[in-house]
Amino acid sequence: MKGSLIILGFFILGLILGLTRFLPSSLLEGDFSIYALYLLMFLVGMGIGTDRGSWKVIREVNIKIILVPLSVIVGSLLGVSAVSALLSNIGIGEAMAVGAGFGYYSLSSVIITEFHSDTLGVIALLSNIIREILTLLATPLFVKYFGKLAGIASGGATAMDTTLPIIVRYSGKEYAIIAVFSGIVLTILVPVIIPIILKFV
Amino acid sequence: MLTDIIIVLSIMVLGIGIGLLIGNRPKTIKIIGVLTSFSIFLLLFLLGIGVGTNKQILNNLDSIGIQALILTIGAVLGSLICAYFTYILFFKKK
Repeated sequence: MKGSLIILGFFILGLILGLTRFLPSSLLEGDFSIYALYLLMFLVGMGIGTDRGSWKVIREVNIKIILVPLSVIVGSLLGVSAVSALLSNIGIGEAMAVGAGFGYYSLSSVIITEFHSDTLGVIALLSNIIREILTLLATPLFVKYFGKLAGIASGGATAMDTTLPIIVRYSGKEYAIIAVFSGIVLTILVPVIIPIILKFV
Repeated sequence: MLTDIIIVLSIMVLGIGIGLLIGNRPKTIKIIGVLTSFSIFLLLFLLGIGVGTNKQILNNLDSIGIQALILTIGAVLGSLICAYFTYILFFKKK
């Protein structure tokens, strides 16, 4: 939650500076964000590689646990496809790209901005931040009506870190490892699935 | 665009490979974490600038917010329903 606020803070700071044009024009017009994305992807990769804990979790788990992130992927993509019918200026593919953020708002918004448009990038940023906040607020309710995987499903990629405490609190300690596993798989898949979807938009 | 995607994914795989080689060095991992946060801050800051100078987005911020909310509801409900069936069929102790 604190992380989301800091990130929103940087976004809003950029927004204000952009609005007031209080910046050298080279910064406004130069497009070096793709290089920043390269750097970020490299660091995300190193983060995954050095995280021995994650690799251990993946090696130890029972095969049926793979159904959990799979449910999140299928459910998210079907869900956004269904509601995209309500949105006149968002196509099914664009909706799926936003849904494939799985709550990982920083990376998904940046990738969508680079590969599609600023507008869809902002929608992805807001939508995936809302997903995290909704999970933090409504997990008790979700677990009551949709079973003990509900918090993990709603949290998506955030189930491994920011929403893990609330998930464990309402689904029980035995679901912690499932949450971490599902979060890791979805985190790794965000930068893979989004570009593939956008390729077909 | 396809080449961009391949570049981005290759860079990530390269990172994973180097990360695996480096292994468990707490200091290095901490530095990677800090650098990751800063590059995310930088990219979101740049996105903010992009939005702040884009009239089309600024004029439609309210509708963008509503679209984002609707997409979130779709994604979360879809995930909850799928996870409910997975839970009932495979995880619930009888």
